[in-house]
Amino acid sequence: MTAAARRISGEAAVELHSVFSVPGMHCAGCMGKVERSLAAVPGVASARTNLTARTVEVVHEQGVETPNLIAALAGAGFEAQPRVDIEEAPSAVKPLLAPLAVAAFACMNVMLLSVSVWSGAEGTTREMFHWLSAAIGVPAIAYAGKPFFSSAFAALKRGRTNMDVPISIGVTLATSLSVYETVTGGTDAWFDGTLMLLLFLLAGRALDAMMRDRARAGVDALLRQAATGAMVVDADGATRWVTAAALVPGMVMRVAAGERLAADGIVMRGNSRFDQSLLTGESAPVPAREGEAVHAGTLNVDAPVDVRVTAAGTDTALAEIARLMEAAGQSRSAYVRIADRASRLYAPAVHTLAALTFAGWMLAGAGLYHSLVIAIAVLIITCPCALGLAVPVAQVVAAGALMKRGILVKDGSAMERLAEVDRALLDKTGTLTLGRPVPDEAALDALSAADASVALALASHSRHPLSLGLAQALAARGVHAAELGDVAEEPGRGVSATWQGRRVSLGRPSVADGMAAALDTGMGPARVIGFADRLRPDALDALDALEGLGIECSMLSGDGIAAVTEIARQTGLTARASASPADKQQNIASLQSVGRKVLMVGDGLNDGPALAAADASIAPGSASDVGRQAADFVFTGDSLLALPRAVRASRRTMRVVRQNFVLAIGYNVLAVPLAMAGIVTPLIAAVAMSTSSLIVVANSLRLQGAAR
Amino acid sequence: MTSIAFLLPIALGMGLCGLAAFFWALKRGQFSDLDGAAARILIEEDEER
Repeated sequence: MTAAARRISGEAAVELHSVFSVPGMHCAGCMGKVERSLAAVPGVASARTNLTARTVEVVHEQGVETPNLIAALAGAGFEAQPRVDIEEAPSAVKPLLAPLAVAAFACMNVMLLSVSVWSGAEGTTREMFHWLSAAIGVPAIAYAGKPFFSSAFAALKRGRTNMDVPISIGVTLATSLSVYETVTGGTDAWFDGTLMLLLFLLAGRALDAMMRDRARAGVDALLRQAATGAMVVDADGATRWVTAAALVPGMVMRVAAGERLAADGIVMRGNSRFDQSLLTGESAPVPAREGEAVHAGTLNVDAPVDVRVTAAGTDTALAEIARLMEAAGQSRSAYVRIADRASRLYAPAVHTLAALTFAGWMLAGAGLYHSLVIAIAVLIITCPCALGLAVPVAQVVAAGALMKRGILVKDGSAMERLAEVDRALLDKTGTLTLGRPVPDEAALDALSAADASVALALASHSRHPLSLGLAQALAARGVHAAELGDVAEEPGRGVSATWQGRRVSLGRPSVADGMAAALDTGMGPARVIGFADRLRPDALDALDALEGLGIECSMLSGDGIAAVTEIARQTGLTARASASPADKQQNIASLQSVGRKVLMVGDGLNDGPALAAADASIAPGSASDVGRQAADFVFTGDSLLALPRAVRASRRTMRVVRQNFVLAIGYNVLAVPLAMAGIVTPLIAAVAMSTSSLIVVANSLRLQGAAR
Repeated sequence: MTSIAFLLPIALGMGLCGLAAFFWALKRGQFSDLDGAAARILIEEDEER
């Protein structure tokens, strides 16, 4: 922040906070650039980035317009969108952090006192220590146990049971018993064991929630995809910026080349092509002339056009996809996670055991108090301490290993679902292929060094997708840009300039056949460079590996039959072309109805509903925000080998999770007979609980190499 | 026994201080951007500030 900016912020009466999402920000250097470029805008008091959420919060005066700030970010090389203030999903970790801290604090202090009791404190000392433990323990248990109590209560109210029910019952009974022991000056109090149980369980929950939170960092993505405003031309010719929400049918938007449409409409003036790949999966831009309809979320490629709004906000084609996705997501939430399936079996078993113990000791004539103490000891011992850690620790370790390999896991249950997958559907554009036009290698080889450097210089002056592809390919070949003069870009035609006294240009070829650019260096005929969307590197290896894992693959694309056939020929996959978003979803549903577990791999907006409906889904990092948000896994980088890697890691994780269950239950098999025999003391319970938890954690750590 | 009377409150008090500090940090948003906090140390500050 500059001194000047600080002074302004001190004087300004009205300060506004704007939040922008900056998806391209991923390192310290980026954070610095974003903050500095925004702070340099006059009227901006401060800018603070948040790398986790990929956002920047700007404090500025009134009168600083949103497009100015976006332009400043664009100048620094970052694409940004103002964040629409949709209700943000609440963090899942935050409400658990405070109970976790309280449980840890209380557990340590009570354990300190318990150690003295175990090592032989007698009489008044022991009583005092018990009272102290109760003073710390009871309020701490009441506070730290709240997440479990409320969840158990909610489940019971619906006549169901979950993992939290035995936990709540065990914790409540153990606390009551300990208070009773303290008041009557008894020998054993269980505050330490109860708190340790809560601590381990909360740690497991917090780890699980942390994974889900990371996924939420990309919330509100869908509406962000649509441009959130447009330049509106009034009847008198004046232009003004109108936000997407304020657009109404009948308004006329002026859409510059390279801008996304904020609403559906009809072209009134101008002639351009629109990149609909996010909406339909079609790889080639679609021409739109006067009088033709264009859709919100598509990108204007060639030339500025005036568009009359016909539908805005919740009526657009984009919003329709959002609705489909919402419906699809609901079906998936019916998935029952492995921990919950385990607890459905576990809870009745535990309660039966405790009841049997109580009845047995009563029959043996032990007296009400004594029988109750032993029954409660059984409940404490069987409380699923290690069981609570068995799943989340394994999943977090595996997710960390995958993340190092560039695969982001959004949810622990995603791994459980991916491990079961036996059928994969892959989108074409942007998934099997790179999703961007790549120039023909042979055409580039044919260029002389001088021609190549001119081509690079011209291409670098345009934001047209073909120019971007050409510039990237030439730069990768180590070509240096030539020095040009009078560079001018004519929308729809191309870039031209003077070079060594000659007029040179890069533009649309006179005979347009597919995607191509013509390079005219003023000497000889223009050279035509063909462009095509290429298969991702390793795509064939990745498909082979998936087959090797027993996953049958096929292609499901929204693109036309010709483009799909070409890729099908290269990959040997069966394919379905021209599938609408609803078709894709339908396709998945029909596979699921015959018992297949479907993996959807896709990137576009049009894949969103399918990604949400499939049993598991993966999107490339280059995907639309919607694709990334709907998918369970997102992989960065161009290689498709991430797919088999994610599947293998998920299967390994589930193997370790099952081992963890065996270990955790094995501990119960050893400890429960002791508890039922009435010889378990708080010391034995504490030792047994922590060892079993440690063993489970240690076993899970083996997953560190799971992503290899 | 007398030493316990001193040491116990001290130990508990120190623990409570730590707990209070954690809650304060939580409320002030110190944990809202853990990735960013780790990366922030690498940002080069401008010469003139």
